[in-house]
Amino acid sequence: MPCSLIMTRRSKTGATMLLLAGALALSACKTTAPKELPPEPGPATTTTAPAGPTGPVAGSQADFVAKMMGADTIYFDTDKYDIDAQDQQALARQAQWLMQYSNKRATIEGHADERGTREYNLALGERRANAAKNYLVSLGVDASRLSTISYGKERPVALGSNEQAWAQNRRAVTVTVD
Amino acid sequence: MKTFHHFAFGLLLAVSSAALAQDPAPATEPAAAPSEGLEVTVSDDSEWRDLGIAITTFATDADVPTSTNAGSTAALGRALATVVAADLKNNGLFKPSGPAGLPQPSFDEVQAPNYPIWSYRSADMLVQGYVHANPGGDLTVGCYLYDVALKQQLAKAGWKVGPADWRRAAHKCADMVYSRLSGESPFFDSRIAYIAETGPKGHRMKRLAVMDSDGANMRYLTSGQATALTPRYSPDYSKILYLSYLNGEPSIYVYDLNSNTQKLLVRSRNATFAPRWSPDGKWVLYSMAIAGNTDIYKIPASGGEPQKLTDSPGIDIGGSFSPDGRKIVFESDRSGTQQIYVMNADGSQQHRISFFGGRSATPEWSPRGDQIAFTHIAGNLRIAVMTPDGRNMRYLTNSWQDEAPTWSPNGRIVQFFRTEKNSGVTSIWQVDLTGRNERKLPTPVGASDPAWGPVRP
Repeated sequence: MPCSLIMTRRSKTGATMLLLAGALALSACKTTAPKELPPEPGPATTTTAPAGPTGPVAGSQADFVAKMMGADTIYFDTDKYDIDAQDQQALARQAQWLMQYSNKRATIEGHADERGTREYNLALGERRANAAKNYLVSLGVDASRLSTISYGKERPVALGSNEQAWAQNRRAVTVTVD
Repeated sequence: MKTFHHFAFGLLLAVSSAALAQDPAPATEPAAAPSEGLEVTVSDDSEWRDLGIAITTFATDADVPTSTNAGSTAALGRALATVVAADLKNNGLFKPSGPAGLPQPSFDEVQAPNYPIWSYRSADMLVQGYVHANPGGDLTVGCYLYDVALKQQLAKAGWKVGPADWRRAAHKCADMVYSRLSGESPFFDSRIAYIAETGPKGHRMKRLAVMDSDGANMRYLTSGQATALTPRYSPDYSKILYLSYLNGEPSIYVYDLNSNTQKLLVRSRNATFAPRWSPDGKWVLYSMAIAGNTDIYKIPASGGEPQKLTDSPGIDIGGSFSPDGRKIVFESDRSGTQQIYVMNADGSQQHRISFFGGRSATPEWSPRGDQIAFTHIAGNLRIAVMTPDGRNMRYLTNSWQDEAPTWSPNGRIVQFFRTEKNSGVTSIWQVDLTGRNERKLPTPVGASDPAWGPVRP
């Protein structure tokens, strides 16, 4: 995962923790970066913004991901499933897109971190996915367009065994169905 | 098991004495031990674990080829003794030696031990046996236990097995020795269902698999296309309940081991998980999430109307019947965190029994009824036991992440899976009730969610 992405991820452990996590992510990048150097940048003249026609098709899952800029995912505290102010912003953004493309269906995937038992985490993932779904419905998205699925702790995105990785894995991800 | 018959002693003796009329087989080169053995981690070497048992290479009346994967009858005799010795190791009671490094009894010594030799070697107990190839390809295996000091036979048994089942005869022999010397019920001749895990942490394949209680005869039952989790053997070994993401939705399937087919336990648009059998195999417990709220249900194994057992706004999940089928221990977070509760089998009288601080999860009632094994979460995840009224909580393990205990058929060993920090690599472990004797099962790939079936008939 690129370090810049880690920086934009939110965790609910408060501003201080967020800063700390960011600093840790940065320092981790400094030590690991030489192993995976990005390609040499080309001449400045070629770094133009991508042209419209090459972008994702409007109303596609790729378009959803691009438009959300990270807001396709919301994060939870340990064992929690409440929707806080940050989650509300992200879900409002999702709802806006879903209202615009009103024929699109979406699945909300609920996840848990690895520090719990397998079966409970499946139930916890269900609870998180439903919390996100209920909030989208409250914003006007038709419930029949939204389904939920829990992967418990079986599909981590952050692979470490530390607080920062666990915070990234306690999540609900909205995926639109193409 | 068609090819597996328990011999009456009279019949066994007839077989043996008929064979005794022949000359004992000449000594042959010892065959290499079979690759399936227990990988052993001895965590304790205390003095009380010192009942010395000499386990000798099983003799044969004639060294002839067999269609087993162990080779000729002489090689098979050595392999049988190796399996017996591996079974008896590290359960906290015995200190088995052999068959390597021990004298090999001749065929006619099997029923007439040379006691002075074993006294001289300070053996307390002596296990001898024989293997005889029958004309049809089946094998007759005899197993004898002697007390060296008393110069007395303590137990004997014989079995007729098909070539593919030769290890079962060794497990039956180990069971006979274990039961006679410990007074406990047998457990070695049993099977384990589990989840075989391969691939990196971020993209791990999870397949349903089965193996013998010592890790041998491992077989995959699913391809890995759909993630499989949390299997449970039916008490008669004919079926396995498990969770599959087949068709993209987590649902409980009933896998039929005779036909190698499977069907949904319940047809529902809601996720179902955490399947459990009742001890008599007539009922199935499962958990179902409706709009994020998970409750426990009970359904006849043969099909029918589900009955909802819990109705709290929290997550109620799992469940394990008491051996008499009257009560169910389960997990609920209705108090705010995962804790353990007991209810009657009809859902009445639900009450919390875990008050240990931290969280308590995945309770499993011992087949003996006297203990409940569970996962205690306080930072690390550890395996613990308590009495059914929530007293005398004791840890059995102390590692970074141990979870999902299940019991050996005799309630003396707890099996669980351990996850490595960072890599997420999983492995199956067994620990005795002292917590002092831990061993890792030799699975070819990562392994989790072990479920122990009963002793085979």
